[in-house]
Amino acid sequence: MAFGAFASSGPDLSGAAPRRRSYIAIILLAPGILYLVATFVAPLVSLVLTSFKEPGGDFEIGEYVYAFRWENYLEVFERFGEIFLRTFGYSVIATVIALVVSYPLAYFIGVILRPFPLWQSLVLILVIAPFFISFLLRTLAWKAIFADEGPVVSFLQTVGVLGPEDYLNGTAFTVVFGLTYNFIPFMTLPIYASLERLDLRYVEAAGDLYAGPGARFWRVILPLSLPGVVSGTLLTFIPASGDYINASKDFLGSTNTVMAGNVINDLFFQSFYPVSAAVAIVLMIAILIPVIAYVAKSGSEELL
Amino acid sequence: MPGTFDESGADLELVGVTKRFPGFTAIENLNLMVPAGSFFALLGPSGCGKTTTLRLVAGLEEPTAGRILIGGKDVTSSKPHQRPVNTVFQSYALFPHMSVLANVEFGLKRRGMQNSRELAHEALRLVELDHVAGRRPAQLSGGQQQRVALARAVVNRPALLLLDEPLGALDLKLRRQMQLELKTIQGEVGLTFLHVTHDQEEAMTMADTVAVMNKGRIEQMGAPEELYELPRTTFVANFLGQSNLFTGDVTASGKDAMTVRIAGVGITVPRERAQRHAGEVTIGVRPEKLTLHTSEPRLGSDHNVLGPGVVTDVSFTGVSTQYLVQVPGLPLITVFAQNMAFGPVVEQGAEVWVSWRVEHGFGLADEPEPEPKFADDDDTKSIAVQHRQRLEDELDEA
Repeated sequence: MAFGAFASSGPDLSGAAPRRRSYIAIILLAPGILYLVATFVAPLVSLVLTSFKEPGGDFEIGEYVYAFRWENYLEVFERFGEIFLRTFGYSVIATVIALVVSYPLAYFIGVILRPFPLWQSLVLILVIAPFFISFLLRTLAWKAIFADEGPVVSFLQTVGVLGPEDYLNGTAFTVVFGLTYNFIPFMTLPIYASLERLDLRYVEAAGDLYAGPGARFWRVILPLSLPGVVSGTLLTFIPASGDYINASKDFLGSTNTVMAGNVINDLFFQSFYPVSAAVAIVLMIAILIPVIAYVAKSGSEELL
Repeated sequence: MPGTFDESGADLELVGVTKRFPGFTAIENLNLMVPAGSFFALLGPSGCGKTTTLRLVAGLEEPTAGRILIGGKDVTSSKPHQRPVNTVFQSYALFPHMSVLANVEFGLKRRGMQNSRELAHEALRLVELDHVAGRRPAQLSGGQQQRVALARAVVNRPALLLLDEPLGALDLKLRRQMQLELKTIQGEVGLTFLHVTHDQEEAMTMADTVAVMNKGRIEQMGAPEELYELPRTTFVANFLGQSNLFTGDVTASGKDAMTVRIAGVGITVPRERAQRHAGEVTIGVRPEKLTLHTSEPRLGSDHNVLGPGVVTDVSFTGVSTQYLVQVPGLPLITVFAQNMAFGPVVEQGAEVWVSWRVEHGFGLADEPEPEPKFADDDDTKSIAVQHRQRLEDELDEA
């Protein structure tokens, strides 16, 4: 249901197809359904089953048997409640910053540069260009830039913003920065797609009807580009919540910035499979609830 | 003045307005005065600068030179939202994310009107669409959307209402209905209307004053009847209805009338209906003013006669029949004859004379084209004739 938002403003074809039984349709759908069952449904069922497992009889590490040990979930909330809050906080902040940075950028590319298609493509390439270099490499590069002896820290110390003993790497700042930086194209591109299609005659009409620049933006431009904003925030918020690279201590984080993704990763490699699975499920539900609420809200009122 | 309506329509005045776009000039030194409360139509073919004029008045374009005054106030440098002007756009531009009611209320809310909801419903009742107030524009038909666009503009009681070919997308019946409705609304509300259109019939039926535009200039301006009966230029004579135009030298010029030699015959035109009175001039007469005769008529000096000629085409158009008459040495003459009897009065190939009363003729201001016989050759008809000639030549050779 959340994915309905990605198909931003395509025509609503539901109900348009004739309601008749078609074996051809079933045959055509079969590969897709099989693929989904094998790669989505089966692992999900396995994940749920694993999350209720209990240690095997001989108490060897990594040995678990099927059971209904719901205390695994209790453990998740007791041990990692704070980490979930932090995950949510970081992702929301990163999403909001990405939105605030992306919207003017997308507006610039999609509306201001519209009469100059060559420039438009050029700037779009600049937005997409970072994808050509590995995500890990780029994050590592930021670690070097923010390093204690690096240019940013030295500069901030000279200016006096940071004290001589202060640092940046491993703080909430660098983690949120990394999340924002890595997911910003996922915010920019859908908003750009919405604004590129924005019919400027509506904006002219609003101006003709006594709307000043502020009213034109809040009443016309923003509502008409809302499908892109919804897609962009989801495409940023969901992967940011599950991210385990930026917050890891090998990259921009430290033990003080652990996010849910890091917990899953660590527990898994320490062979605590049931708790790891339980964290994954809680994270999934914790993301789904606000996302569904968000899509339902924007979908009913403002989304076209 | 937020929260209040203008008392009445306002004058619109354009003083020496020029608009240049990169590569071409859309409007050249345009002077125009639209008195308050009038229904003024700017008529012209596409690309004549009429829509640019409208956008300049609305503030959506900035003039390269000149001033625009509304109600005596210079608004040349004001932004669109600061002008007491509303526009019914050609595309309607109804906000798709708002209900019909919210669309109509939009302008009122921006101006901080107290009872905006009440006024919006009232405007929707005026266009008989209050029952769809809760729907989205996309759920309405084209005609309904057009009326919503009208309500959205009229509800603000602007001093000046701009209409940009708003009837272009409607079918004939709806169009007639809307034309009437617009006239009624204007009567009730008393606004100044500036209507831009390429449809001469629409302009003539609705406007008090029509300005015919061509190539960024106003060719002629006046009441519809005046423009039709006494066109001053070739462009107006041909754009507003049809005309039979003849070019010849003035042979005599008296106090009341002048005589022009056309195909060896002296044609008389009243002096005050002619723009130029010496040298080579173009004169014309409307097709419905012509009478066909099957024998050479004996008429007094108050009639002009051309002929004999041959009827080359007869086409029945319902109310009237159109005859094309070829008189040697003249362009094809078009005659509209009312169908007073069943069937055509003359058949194709018949020998006829055409006559008209002297006071129906008019003389045009244009300098005749330096090579009129060649200048005409680029219309589709000549091209078709030339093409046919070439094919026949080829066949002869084979």
